[in-house]
Amino acid sequence: MAPRVGVVVFPGTNCEHDVASALALVGAEPTLLWHRDRSVGDADAVVVPGGFAHGDYLRAGALARFSPIMEAVSTFAAAGGSVVGICNGFQVLTEAGLLPGALQKNSTLRFMCAPVVVTVASDRSALTGGIPVGTELTLPVNNFDGSYVCDATVLDALRAEDRIVLRYADNPNGSIDDIAGICNEGRNVVGLMPHPERASSELIGSADGLVLLRSLLSVAVA
Amino acid sequence: MAGAEGDVEPLHRALGLTDEEFEEVNRVLGRQPNRLELALYSVMWSEHCSYKSSRVHLSRLPTEGDGVLVGPGENAGVIDAGDGIAVAIRIESHNHPSAIEPHQGAATGVGGILRDIFTMGARPLALMDPLFFGNLDEARQRWLFEGVVSGISSYGNAVGVPTVGGELTFDAAYEENPLVNVLCMGALPVERLVLGAATGPGNLAVLLGSATGRDGIGGVSILASAGFDGSQSSDTTDQSKRPSVQVGDPYEEKRLIEACLELLDAGLVVGIQDLGGAGLACATSETAARGRVGMDVDVSAVPRRESGMEPWEVMTSESQERMLAIVTPGDWPSVAEVCGRWEVRATVIGRVSEPDRENGQPVGRLRIRESEGGAILADVPAASLADDGPRYRRPLAPPADLESRRADAPERLAPPGDCGEDLLALLADPSWVYRQYDHQLFLNTVEGPGGDAALLRLAGPGLPPSRRGVALTTDGNPRWCAVDPRVGTAMLVAEATANLACVGATAVAIVNCCNFGNPEHPEVMWQLSEAIDGMSEACRAFDLPVIGGNVSLYNESGGADIPPTPVIGGLGLVELLACRPPGVGWVDGATVVLLHPEGPPPPPVLGGSRWAAEVRGHRSGSLPSLDLVAHRVVVALVSDLVAEGVGGGSGLLSGVHDVSAGGLGVALAEMAVASGVGIRVEGVRDHAALFAEPPSRFVVATHRPDEVLDRARAAGVGATVLGIATGDELAIGALVDLPVARLRADWSAAIPDALGGRR
Repeated sequence: MAPRVGVVVFPGTNCEHDVASALALVGAEPTLLWHRDRSVGDADAVVVPGGFAHGDYLRAGALARFSPIMEAVSTFAAAGGSVVGICNGFQVLTEAGLLPGALQKNSTLRFMCAPVVVTVASDRSALTGGIPVGTELTLPVNNFDGSYVCDATVLDALRAEDRIVLRYADNPNGSIDDIAGICNEGRNVVGLMPHPERASSELIGSADGLVLLRSLLSVAVA
Repeated sequence: MAGAEGDVEPLHRALGLTDEEFEEVNRVLGRQPNRLELALYSVMWSEHCSYKSSRVHLSRLPTEGDGVLVGPGENAGVIDAGDGIAVAIRIESHNHPSAIEPHQGAATGVGGILRDIFTMGARPLALMDPLFFGNLDEARQRWLFEGVVSGISSYGNAVGVPTVGGELTFDAAYEENPLVNVLCMGALPVERLVLGAATGPGNLAVLLGSATGRDGIGGVSILASAGFDGSQSSDTTDQSKRPSVQVGDPYEEKRLIEACLELLDAGLVVGIQDLGGAGLACATSETAARGRVGMDVDVSAVPRRESGMEPWEVMTSESQERMLAIVTPGDWPSVAEVCGRWEVRATVIGRVSEPDRENGQPVGRLRIRESEGGAILADVPAASLADDGPRYRRPLAPPADLESRRADAPERLAPPGDCGEDLLALLADPSWVYRQYDHQLFLNTVEGPGGDAALLRLAGPGLPPSRRGVALTTDGNPRWCAVDPRVGTAMLVAEATANLACVGATAVAIVNCCNFGNPEHPEVMWQLSEAIDGMSEACRAFDLPVIGGNVSLYNESGGADIPPTPVIGGLGLVELLACRPPGVGWVDGATVVLLHPEGPPPPPVLGGSRWAAEVRGHRSGSLPSLDLVAHRVVVALVSDLVAEGVGGGSGLLSGVHDVSAGGLGVALAEMAVASGVGIRVEGVRDHAALFAEPPSRFVVATHRPDEVLDRARAAGVGATVLGIATGDELAIGALVDLPVARLRADWSAAIPDALGGRR
């Protein structure tokens, strides 16, 4: 049976259809979850996609954490379910306290839409399980607030516990320790700024993102 | 003047109506208009809404063709793209708002054109932004440029529509009056096509989206239909127009798009119309006029952002992110529910009414009431606002010095001391701009910004499956059009078809945005008339219908008009999109061939070239000749060669670029930069051959040159082998010898350096 993936939609989310179609390409059965829903249903995994949830007003992700669906996502994560936040979804997960640290303005102080090369830094997470460390992937970033920041204690823990899952080969935005993606202590919640779904076909420039999405599915139903 | 009372006369002039137009309002109504009615006529009869100066000329354009579902006059043009999918396209200007407040001016330009597209039932899928500024060595130009780009970026990205291309022109002629044009393409299942008509007396007029405030009052009349005086101090009339600029909210627009598309999908609306220029006055009168009915509007029901607004302010406000839907009473609860889920405000503000009978004819009247069924505040024939605006055949005359300007040819200028230095000065990488735009959303972008044309998969949420592609380009060139508006505009249409061919597409339709100066200047009207004729000639020769357009006049400051700047938006289709097109770069070892019209090349002409204008400041002479028939033959060959590879076959080409602004020199430099591989080219005799911009030429790269030459011969296309791509230097005859790394460095640094070194 195809793995079921819930894709969370807040008003202002805009990558939900892209994520759903890329997931379908690797054999998942995606379902859109509306932000007022109070359950993730029978999902095997949950993706919080990119966009501008609630307009990113106040601060990216700051309002989205109060949407009813986020309580259900937290419960799902606490039970060990795979949860991946992409771009704005990563920002939402940090605001919701499911991941440590925060995303601040890019060091260029401009929005940046460009392909970047990232390196898999840990093969132990819901998104990178089974992908050899050091694997290089070309994925697009598309954000204004993409620079990961955290305090020294958190950074030490991330490093010591092998929780930095993706690093930029050539840091485009000033992220601390070149961090492009991290996971939580349970390794089942992952946030990343690059968009795997935007690298889902050679026709649009790269199919490297499918490597991550396949890993998500295999870990989620393992 | 007759018929005007003492205190009314200054009011109509203050609102932008001439004395003659005021007389005409009196005649239409058979009485004097009251203040509210006068406000309605002033916005609807503005140049921006009524096209009163340009209509007589626009009617000469060809608008019909195979596959045209909707032509000019609706919110957007629509063509049948095959596979049950229709493509909607429109282009607009937001020039004056952007000159006053660049961030919001550009942002609301994006918001406005998106509504024009989803009004047709189409999901907006791509934006393009042709931009024209003064030179960046001036602080104010940098402020305008950065503000406009940030406005497009912040609105377009957040609303969730990718910006896949555009154009960038810097020319001192735009210092006081920059041009900000925006094109939007959307797609829909053919059967969902809706038109902005109100029908069915008794049906409800429902206002969707934002509350109405005092922002943008008089935008179309005060701001868009008058020139600037040119002074920049904070207390001048130019700066006092700032409140006429609207403020955008992309989050509201995003929810409005989703709610409207869901309403259309569910068949819950009879007709729908966006609120843009002239606000409710325009939306209510246009929908009623199209449906040949009347409309009763309860002005008190309109949700407001602030208290104390007068009815005329409510009716003419250009507050953004609003739509007017016509809904049957039975469907209203379902409409309210859909809107509630998307957190979009929906309010019944009126009803469609039976047309009155006047002299035996049905006349739909727009009646604005104080409250539902209450006192009538305004009572006018809806069509008199929407369709019966004044039309002028304004005097036109070529500039007095036309002959002497044409005789002053730049071919006689002294040759450059160093062609390489001049070439470097013409290189600029636009990525500083487009990296700030999300150009990938919807996973359709096969060729994004920076190439000759954007190429997208014809796909999107809710569309039937298709393996076709859709290509977009925007083309403007004030240097060509200043030298010769007629030939220059024809060359723009030709360039649009050439750009589309570079990604394997065949042009199927164009839209145009006519940016010109003050129509009360006979020389400007001559430019507009010539440009329309040139566009018309090229479109007829290429069998291309014009399916929409926008006219922006009064682009002037301190009495100086901008150069004539028609912008062509080209739409092309690809039958089968399976592989990426070869792109601008070539590959090491490829044979590089120039494809051009058959026969010996005419002597190079530098009139209208970037080299003459930008390097030498020379803007006279004549344009190179354009052979429309030969152009079509060359373009068809290139389009075929690229399409064969794009369709999944073994394409002959590994690189393709059309030769355009900057001439052969810039085309070769851009290809070398894109690939990091050099070339040695012989046979380019002099700077004129290097920088001239004759149309209908392409540089292609191939590993099977014999086959390309055979194909060219068979098609009746000239082909000249330029050289083999290899090494790390660009060497052109005895004129240019530069490392590719140097070209790349200057190309990359041009815009960031002009902005103060911020990469």
